[in-house]
Amino acid sequence: MGLLTDLRNSISRAVDRMFSDADPKRIGIYGPPNAGKTTLANRIARDWTGDAVGPESHIPHETRRARRKENVEIERDGKSVRIDIVDTPGVTTKVDYKEFLEHDMEKDDAVRRSREATEGVAEAMHWLREDVDGVIYVLDSTDDPFTQVNTMLIGIIESQDLPVLIFANKTDLEDANVQRVANAFPQHETVPLSALEGNNMDEVYGKIAEYFG
Amino acid sequence: MTTMPEVTPGETDDGVQIDLISGARMEGLTGMEKIRLILDGVREGNIVVLEEGLSPDEESKLIEVTMTEISPDEFNGIEIETYPQSGGTKKGLIDRLIGTPSPKKLTVIGPANQIETLHKDENLISALVSRK
Repeated sequence: MGLLTDLRNSISRAVDRMFSDADPKRIGIYGPPNAGKTTLANRIARDWTGDAVGPESHIPHETRRARRKENVEIERDGKSVRIDIVDTPGVTTKVDYKEFLEHDMEKDDAVRRSREATEGVAEAMHWLREDVDGVIYVLDSTDDPFTQVNTMLIGIIESQDLPVLIFANKTDLEDANVQRVANAFPQHETVPLSALEGNNMDEVYGKIAEYFG
Repeated sequence: MTTMPEVTPGETDDGVQIDLISGARMEGLTGMEKIRLILDGVREGNIVVLEEGLSPDEESKLIEVTMTEISPDEFNGIEIETYPQSGGTKKGLIDRLIGTPSPKKLTVIGPANQIETLHKDENLISALVSRK
């Protein structure tokens, strides 16, 4: 990417932001598969609109299309922010249909799911380069955060000059290690939460309002 | 378009080919040519080592193109490893204006079903490579 293209993109984003204050910001929920992105998207959507965004599952790649919930209005400290939540498929560099066979799936279904999953990841990458104004990066805090996908994704998000919050999810689980997540990405703010149990959502909404308002 | 030297079929039957690609070799290529060079090698079962790695934008496109090429029982995608960077890679507008070079990072890429990372830290990548 040339310097001029970089500069043009930066200026274009800054101008877009200046003149689009009235429009809701599109906040992409990104992260590896099974980090709890849809559970978080549903939690936020249910808390502020009453509706869900999409089905949740323990099987990886349940979300295979980016789904947008528009005009979610979050109120914090007398201030309100309006965002569009974009729940994206989990990002990975590999998809093997045999992984789905372990979840009692027939081969045809597994192959179809893997094909849809690959399309979903490609779509998620496209959204990240073109169509989001900020990112919530969700990690399972019981997993090692020092993975290549996490390192690359955070690098890509930073290169786009997008505001980003790291959410260390699944703090309700015994093996959760929020500090390990915070240590992996010290340049960004890490917020612990359990999207499933609704733990620490006050701080979550406070940070969303602060970063994306 | 730069391509790798051709290997006579059978020549690598009992081994794994490793392509060590210098920064100079990648320098003149467009983003898509770099991705093609990498994926063509990896899809042949080779391990590709880049002296200077890819930019974030190229990494993003590499993931996207890899996804479009995954095919059941044929190609499951890639394993990619670089040294993790401490302190992040965020660069301000001033850094980019004055042309601070992006950090060069050695990158290893291989077929997902043939390469397994055993250990990785800021100074060492240890990987197990198997034949097809």
